[in-house]
Formats: sequence, C-alpha cells, structure tokens
Amino acid sequence: MLRKIRLTIAILFFIGTTLLFLDFTGTAHAWLGWMAKIQFIPAILALNVAIIAALVIITLIFGRIYCSVICPLGVMQDIIARFGKRGKKLPYNYSPAKQWLRYILLAVFVIACVAGIGSLAALLDPYASFGRIANSFLQPVYLWCNNLLAYFAERADSYAFYSADVWLRSLPTMIIAAAVLVIVFILAWRNGRSYCNTICPVGTVLGFLSRFSLMKISIDEDKCISCNLCARKCKAACIDSKNHKIDYSRCVDCFDCIDECTHNAISYRIARRPVEKKEKAIDSSRRTFVSTAAIVATTGLIEAQEKKVDGGLAAIEDKKIPERATRITPPGSLGIKHFSQHCTACQLCVSVCPNQVLRPSGGLLTLMQPEMSYERGYCRPECVKCSEVCPAGAIKPITKEEKTAIQIGHAVWVRANCIVETDGVECGNCARHCPSGAIQMVPRDANDPKSLKIPVVNIERCIGCGACENLCPARPFSAIYVEGHERHRTI
Amino acid sequence: MENSNKDKNISRRKFLKIVGIGTATSAAALYGCTSGTEKSSSTKAARQIPTDKMTYRTSPKGDRVSLLGYGCMRWPTIPSPDGNGDIIDQDTVNELVDYAIKHGVNYFDTSPVYVQGWSEKSTGIALSRYPRESYYLATKLSNFSNYTRENSIEMYRQSFKDLQTDYIDYYLLHSIGNGGIETFRKRYIENGMIDYLMKEREAGRIRNLGFSFHGTVDVFDEVLAMHDKVHWDFVQIQLNYVDWRHASGANVNAEYLYGELVKRGIPAIIMEPLLGGRLSNVPEHIVARLKQRRPEDSVASWAFRFAGSHEDVLTILSGMTYMEHLQDNILTYSPLTPLTQDDYDYLEETAQLMLKYPTIPCNDCKYCMPCPYGIDIPAILLHYNKCVNEGNVPKSRKDDGYEKMRRTYLISYDRSVPKLRQADHCTGCRQCVEHCPQSIDIPAELHRIDRFIEQLKQDTL
Repeated sequence: MLRKIRLTIAILFFIGTTLLFLDFTGTAHAWLGWMAKIQFIPAILALNVAIIAALVIITLIFGRIYCSVICPLGVMQDIIARFGKRGKKLPYNYSPAKQWLRYILLAVFVIACVAGIGSLAALLDPYASFGRIANSFLQPVYLWCNNLLAYFAERADSYAFYSADVWLRSLPTMIIAAAVLVIVFILAWRNGRSYCNTICPVGTVLGFLSRFSLMKISIDEDKCISCNLCARKCKAACIDSKNHKIDYSRCVDCFDCIDECTHNAISYRIARRPVEKKEKAIDSSRRTFVSTAAIVATTGLIEAQEKKVDGGLAAIEDKKIPERATRITPPGSLGIKHFSQHCTACQLCVSVCPNQVLRPSGGLLTLMQPEMSYERGYCRPECVKCSEVCPAGAIKPITKEEKTAIQIGHAVWVRANCIVETDGVECGNCARHCPSGAIQMVPRDANDPKSLKIPVVNIERCIGCGACENLCPARPFSAIYVEGHERHRTI
Repeated sequence: MENSNKDKNISRRKFLKIVGIGTATSAAALYGCTSGTEKSSSTKAARQIPTDKMTYRTSPKGDRVSLLGYGCMRWPTIPSPDGNGDIIDQDTVNELVDYAIKHGVNYFDTSPVYVQGWSEKSTGIALSRYPRESYYLATKLSNFSNYTRENSIEMYRQSFKDLQTDYIDYYLLHSIGNGGIETFRKRYIENGMIDYLMKEREAGRIRNLGFSFHGTVDVFDEVLAMHDKVHWDFVQIQLNYVDWRHASGANVNAEYLYGELVKRGIPAIIMEPLLGGRLSNVPEHIVARLKQRRPEDSVASWAFRFAGSHEDVLTILSGMTYMEHLQDNILTYSPLTPLTQDDYDYLEETAQLMLKYPTIPCNDCKYCMPCPYGIDIPAILLHYNKCVNEGNVPKSRKDDGYEKMRRTYLISYDRSVPKLRQADHCTGCRQCVEHCPQSIDIPAELHRIDRFIEQLKQDTL
C-alpha cells in the first residue's frame, strides 16, 4: 500500500517536472511551476527558507521520501533500474556505504559554491542534471512532435498548434548532459540507487538527516527469518539483513522491502529511539551558499544550426555572435555576480525562452549557466517568462512594467558595419524598433541635413534588450550590438 | 454540347485544324445565346469542360484570338534539385499548355523578366511542340534596369531564341507609366528603340506592336497621342470591376483607359482581370453575395465575365498556376455569357462594398522582388489582405473575439512568412518602390503592418 502511494505520487511529480522542461507555451508553468521551486538545491540557492524548512522537517519525520518522490533524477533512476533488472526479481545485495566518497563529493560541491565555480556545483545538482537531460534530449523530441501537429493543424486551417524552432543551443552543455545521462543510466541499470548514495550531494545531506528521522523502516527481529529477500530487493543496498540493520542514510523509503517480506517482519513506523532535531548541517551549508566569490565572465561561441533559404528571395546570411566584453544576463538577475552564484544551470529558463535569446554559456567557470545573445531573437518587451520560472532565485520575478526600466546592457554602434555606410541606403530599423526610444537618427554630415541618417544611442535610456541588434540588416555581424552590464540598474 | 463525346477521340493535330476552322463559327453561333439552363447542365455533369466552345475575338488584322489568354507570369515552380531556390516545373507547364490548347486557348503572353527570367524559355519549350501558326505569342521589351539601345536590342533578340520562333505576334513596350514620362522617353525614345521596333514590324518579325500600361493619366495620354506616328496595334491595360471606376493609388480608372482605346479603334488586351486573385479571394459576405446570384459559378468567373463583356477587348490574360483555375476560366469563356446591365450594376455595388475593406492593392506580381535585404514583400502584403478579408485584423483589444483574431494573425503570419523575411526587417531603403506597378508605398505599408503586429504581440492595440 505504502509502495503504491509512493509510486503514484512519484509518477505525478516526475511527469509534472518533466513537462516544465518540455512546454514552451507557458501553460504548464502556470499550473506546475511550483514543482521546480520545491527542489532542494534551487530552494537553497533561492534562500527559500520556507521550502528548505519544509523539506528538512519532512525528512526528519518521514526520511528521504524527497529522493524517491520529488527528485526527478531519483525517479528517473527507479525507472531505469526497473528495466535494467527486468530479468531478475531480486537483483541487489547489501553493500557498505562509501562514506568517504559521499562526503568528499559533498565537500567539493560546497567548495565549488563558495569559490563561485558555478559550473562544478551545477554539475552535481541532481535536479539541474535532470533539467539538462530533459532540455537537451526530451525537449527536441517534444518540439518535433509539436511541429508535426502544427503541420497538420496548418493544413486543417487550425491555430491550435504553432511550430517552434529546434536548435542546438550549446554543444558543450549537450555533451555534458549526455555524459551524465550515460553515467546515471549505467549506475541505475546495474546498481539501482548507487548514484544517489555515493555522488549526489543532496542524497548525502538528506541521508545525514534521515538517520534521525521519526518514521523509519524497521525489521522485527522476532519475525525475521534472515531469508535475505529484503536485502536482495533493496535498490539502495542498505539492508544488512544478517544483522537486522538498515543504513538509514541510504534508505530512500521506497517501501519495496515491506511488500517483499513474506513474514511481515518489515514495517514503517515511529522509531523506538526518539531523535534529536538537528538543523545545523543544513544551516551551515546554506550559509556557505550565500557567501560570495568573484566571477570572471567569459563569452562562449555557440554554433547555431544553419537555416535553409528558399528561392526567388535574396539569401540571408546567418548572424554571428559579436564578441562582447561583458556577457548579458536576463533582466531580474540583478547582475552577473548574483546570477552566477544562484544559478544551478537547470535550463528551465532556456526551455521556456520563446525568443531564442537564452542559451547555456560555454565559458569554463559559467559553463551551462544561461546567457543572452540576439542573433535569433531579442528580449521582447512583453515577455518575463524566465523570471517567472527560475526556481533558484537567480532570476528574480519581475513584471513587464519593471522590465522596461531594467538596464541589462547598452547598445554600441559599429560604423563599419552599418548599411548606411556600406550600401549607402536609408535604414533606421534600429531606431524604429527601440522599445525605450534610446536611438535617434541624425544626419551623418552635420552640415548637410539631407545626408543619410545614422543612429545615435542614448545609453542612459537603453535597456539592452537587443531589438536593434537582432533587427539590424547588417550581416553576419550587426552594426549595432549590446554590451552587457556587470550589475543591472534601474533607469 | 453534342460534340463533347466525340472530342475525346480526335487526335490533337486533327483537333487543331478543327479549332482553326470551326471555332469562329461555333463561337459566333453560341455567342450570347446560351441560356441559364444550358450552362447549368454542363457544369452539373462533373464540370465537363467543352473543348470547342471558346469565345474568340477578331483583331483588325484578322487574328482570331481566344478570349482567354494565358499569362505566363505565374508558372508553377518546384524546389530546385540542387537545393538552391526554385525552378519551373516544366512537366506541369507542358500539361497546362496542352490542356489550354486542347480547349481553344491560343494566346500566350510572357516577358523576359517573368518567373526570375525563366518564363520565355519554359513557354518556348511547351509551345514549340505545336505548329507555330496554331498559337499567338506575346512578349515584351522589359528593359527596366538597363535602358541602352544595345541592351534593349539584345533583350529583344534573346526573346526569339528563348521562344524558339522567328516572329512575335504581339510585342509590347513593358509597363509604361512606371517612373513617369521621363522613364518612358529614356527607355524607348531617346535610345531609338521605338523606331527600331517599328522597322522590325515592317520586316514582319513583329506582327503587332503595342504597350502595356500602369501609371498616371498624363503618361497614358501622351503615349496614346503617339498613335498617329507609331500606330499602336493594341494596348494592354488593367481592367476589372473594381478598377473600372475605383482604381487604387495613382492608377487610372479602367473606364477611361478603355474608352480612349475604343475611340481610336485600338483593341484592348486585359491584364489583372482578377487583381492577382484579389477578386477571387474576397470577404465571406461578398462570396455569398456573388454565389447567391449564380450559385454554380465561381467567384472568379464574375471578374472574367466583366472583362470579357467589353466588346473591344481582344483577349483577357490570366496567370494560371493551377489546372483548376485554367479549367474554371475555360468554362467561363466556353462560351462567354455576357453581363446584363443588371449584372454590371450588381458588380459596381460589389466593388463599392469591397472598397470598405482596407486591403493593400498587391497583385503578387513580384516585380518588387527580390528585396536586397531578404524581405518577402508580397507574402507579407497578401497575408495581411487575407486577414483583412477573413476579419482577423482587430482594431482594438476591446473588439469582440480579439484574443482569437490575435492568435490567428500571429500564428498564420509565422506560417506564411519565415521570421527573417518578415516586415520588421524592412530597412526602408525604398529600392522596391519604383518597381511596383500598383504604385504601393511598400516600405510605408510594411512599417504600418509591423507596427500593428508589434501592438498585437505586446497586447497594446
């Protein structure tokens, strides 16, 4: 019974969380956005005290049910393990915990956070790992299916579906996602939950807490005949049936053993010895996340897929990413420093960005953390989706009205590229599309008011949205591009 | 009607002979005497399209020209095998030409610049399979970009090669009026081309010399006044039931143009009878209005009957890309049922109703293309017109059904025009403006549409 409840809730959570990474319309987030926000590491990065406290209390009462129900990477491993051991009914065996490895990796994680090596911390966050896998491999499939429906909808004159572009946002991030998927897959296929109980820092922290939990799986020594069935069923390899002991730091409360025991010797109940509450561990780790570190920003070159052009029309060259001295982070992220400290690189914002602006960075220290670029679209005035979905507080929620006054960068005109200079024609497309009226067109020859007009940027009014850069006719490099700001300001 | 079964068995060559001899009489016999019931019985029988009932008109020089002329500006294209743009689908062109000739069409109008410059060649391939005397060829001196005498003569001679012929039945000075009288003088007078072409006419390589006209009234009057010297054998004008009294922009009402030609006894050849499909793709209630009056006839047939009902019209050009359009037009003219006075009044009322729809007078001729910055101008304008006609252009967000209209407009826009070719990429360089025969201020319209779309996207309409 307990197992069935666990399975039902786990499946609901898994589908819901996965949907967040697939849906590009914003519908799923309106209903299920909270599922990302209750994830452990994002909640810590967001300093979401209420959620952290709730997760700690749940763990202290029920044990690591977070790992078997809420964590999408955990549930994914259960699914893989189920297929992996299809042939054998009792595939596992007890093995001692690899405590040293667990704590070393936890220490690496904490140090990475403190030292500001966001990419290393992000690599170990199970939720973010799942996010990258879903974003890299499941979303394209989802989009292709959507595009197929859109194809039929178009032929049926229906507007129920519209097609969305599928493009490779970052090769390094995809490779990392693939590598993590392979590792998790092999570990889960062969040994159930060994990733959670040796590598995952969340597993280690919650495992530490669950040793003191109120409710526990326990073996009734009077009923137990030491048949070892439970140990061979346990995907966490934590039941030492010979000694009638369970390693609670690794038990994820899947309840498989209860159903397996033929003598009703295993039950889930209040542990005999009351446990002292200990919140220190989590408190200290939270504090470490808050501490700051200097970040050097680098820009990465990301290869976008080429687009085929059709005939009878002038060929359009793809835009190339300009070299930006400072990378651009989304409005609401307050600045580069805040963003790198809080972002866990789960790719949720990248999944929902409808304008193809956000993509994972290729820089070493910020690897996989999103950044903005405007070759495929620009940060449109009516959209604040990334700020709505961010579970880690790296992008704080903002309104459309607030966005009009947040300066994330400023536009820079490159005379040599401007078509007024190269083609000798009138243009002004940047000024025409500037949502904040920061660009004016002035005669290039001050003495000749009839001469062709060139754009001048009032950087006090520019918010760095990239409309000018994206819509600039100069190709492959725009004649006007956006430089990011280290710290965003309100104008 | 009694011939319809027999026709299936006669060979094409034999048929062509029959066309040559028999059509004039049958057309004359049936002209104007088809009753409503006869017409409906032919359409009911699974659209049996007669092969021998085409209406013909005779030119002052004695050419018997089918009332339906084939415009070769919109030949079907397919993606090029090398993946680089589109090429003409020659097999389909051949099929269309075969069908047209089989059903009595004998006038083919092309130009060196049509379909990215491939139209003449393609038309030549399709027509060279028939005896040269069985069809009339029309092409044009389309010296838009280079006015020099050498280039113009080179273009003229190339037409003969591409069309695989040693004479051209109808040769036109292409699109007079575009760019005003100055451009006309540069293209044809100052370089001596008009004298050259008149000599070619004397030599018999050009059988009829004329011009096609788009533009302002002063240019038309001046060029027509040259009739005494040049003797225009025909003039090609834009005529349809909207342009008759309500020509758009700087263009001249067709009633005036046609009237001036009739006064001088110059036959008129009609272009844009359907306004590039705009008189076929009309708002729902106009469809209902026209269908109600003649339920079995297509909406387009009204426009063709309007053009054909003018007695001094020699032929009416239609750029038929699809077999269905060709069949429908053949049906309309096999034979023509002329409009009654009542019908004329009805169409004038219809024209006035249509003017209430703020569509942009783009006929998809693609003269403005390619835009150097990659914009797909006709696709943007046609999409806008489609949304106007279908009632998907909201005036304000408080309109009933605003959300649905907004979604429809934005999604169908992305479907009709690739993102990089949409109106927001228009630089306003104005290089397209002088090419538009309908004198549309293209950048202004694109910027207006872009502002509208921006308001839809931002929900600030």
